[in-house]
Amino acid sequence: MSVLASDKGNVPLLEARDISASYGHVQALKPTSLHIAEGELVTILGPNGAGKTTLMRALTRLTASKGNVFFRGEEITGLSTPRLARRGIVMVQEGRGLFPQMTVRENLVIGAYLHPAETDTQMASVFELFPRLKERLDQSAGSLSGGEQQMLAIGRALMAKPQLLMLDEPSLGLAPRVASEILGTLRELNRRGIGILLVEQKAPLALKLAQRVYVIALGKIVAELKTDEIKSHHDLARYYLH
Amino acid sequence: MTSHVTTSIEPSGIRWQSILPIVAVLALAGLGLVSSDYIVTVLGFAFIYAIFCTGLNFFMGYTGQASFGQSAFAAIGGYGSAILSTDYGWEPLLALLATMVLSGIAAVLVGYPTLRLRGHYLAMATFALGLIVYEITIEWTALTQGYMGYSGIPPLGIAGFALDTLKHQLVALVVLSLIGVGIAARLRQSRFGRALASIAGSESAAQALGVDIARYKLIAFVIAALYASAAGSLFAHFVGFISPEIYGTTMVIQSFAMLYLGGIGTMWGPMIGAIIVSILPEALRGLKEMQDIAYTAVLIFILIFAPRGLAGLSVLFRRAHGRVQEKA
Repeated sequence: MSVLASDKGNVPLLEARDISASYGHVQALKPTSLHIAEGELVTILGPNGAGKTTLMRALTRLTASKGNVFFRGEEITGLSTPRLARRGIVMVQEGRGLFPQMTVRENLVIGAYLHPAETDTQMASVFELFPRLKERLDQSAGSLSGGEQQMLAIGRALMAKPQLLMLDEPSLGLAPRVASEILGTLRELNRRGIGILLVEQKAPLALKLAQRVYVIALGKIVAELKTDEIKSHHDLARYYLH
Repeated sequence: MTSHVTTSIEPSGIRWQSILPIVAVLALAGLGLVSSDYIVTVLGFAFIYAIFCTGLNFFMGYTGQASFGQSAFAAIGGYGSAILSTDYGWEPLLALLATMVLSGIAAVLVGYPTLRLRGHYLAMATFALGLIVYEITIEWTALTQGYMGYSGIPPLGIAGFALDTLKHQLVALVVLSLIGVGIAARLRQSRFGRALASIAGSESAAQALGVDIARYKLIAFVIAALYASAAGSLFAHFVGFISPEIYGTTMVIQSFAMLYLGGIGTMWGPMIGAIIVSILPEALRGLKEMQDIAYTAVLIFILIFAPRGLAGLSVLFRRAHGRVQEKA
């Protein structure tokens, strides 16, 4: 494992260099680079089919990818998804990826697969964040409302003690009020020091949370800017802020 | 932060669900012991299949994978046990254990490349495995005696004490099948079992939580092979004769019927399915030429009205009971 000599002095939490991914002959993600600083909340915006999900899956190795990835300066290129989870890189997938036949309790216990000794303390901390899950403990995950399912998906990911939490469309299919509540929770997690990479269609909500934004189009990152800079880019502001 | 939350994945207060099936199995075995040898033989087959299906449940039920080739490991167990105990004079129990080890090694060698496949491709690859071993049992006559079959296989024995009556053997089979279910239940409740269940739920989500799915699939496949091998050996020692057809496609179809009828992915489903599917044709024997039609109709009826299998009915009952209690 080589150690990244950071250009910026501060070693980023995650840095991807020229990462790309293909499905057969179709290159869904062209060589692209990004980074997330310690404790930062970064959002990725882009239209449908732009490659946002592919980028997340490439970073977590759920999809085979090329390029180099570094975590806290250490190269993690090629590590499998479970090994990345051991490092603290955990992803909540689009569609939540819950185990619908299992109860809320079972889903949470599996979340602590890598830290079985800390199941109880982690669960208590999840209930602090999402008290509603405690009321639904013996209910099957498939019978929960959309909002509760998303809480469970995030809660289960927190059971794995992430240092970098990646979320793909967490507000998908949720009523605006519930989506706002869920995304508000991400702000709280970020305050606790968890780095967050967020792919979100509800751009105005995501931009309220994020410190920095990447804009992706046609499988490539086309812009990187601080959230407050987006207003000065008229075309991006028109597209994402209204 | 002192919230006390039970992390056991089974809800509390359902002890009867574990005890009732054990009592039912023991009652059935007791009934067998006072019945004719014919009934004892039918029950013996049921408990052998219960062991086979309990193993298959690991791979198909708990892990959510497809295998049409577990009969191959039953054949390795059956022929291995027959050859070692008949030609080389090994103790049957020792022969059974040795062939389980052999089957486990074979499962690792076959499973490592095969389990990279998914869905229908995995099903076809495992089906091919079953066919290959079936052909070997027919063609390698010097070892297996081909269609002539292998006869004179000694009954199972423990420490020099041969279980030479059918009723003794039935008792042994009941005990072994209950041990098999007990081991499966313990493993299902463990961290290992939860990892298998997460693979069945969503492979990518399981990976994202740190579960090494390739490793766990292989372990589940090997466990299923060990159970299948033991079942194959027990069949050989129980009947005293084996031939290729015993470990053929019929075994696969039969075990699928048992698994789905009893309740795939449940603890007692394989045992319940094995008993029902084994006993039902005998119970309907009086219908003569209508027997097969009635048998099939009953199976279809059960699958329509209990799509999660007979063991799944207990879950529905528990939920209904919970709703009644909530209203009260």
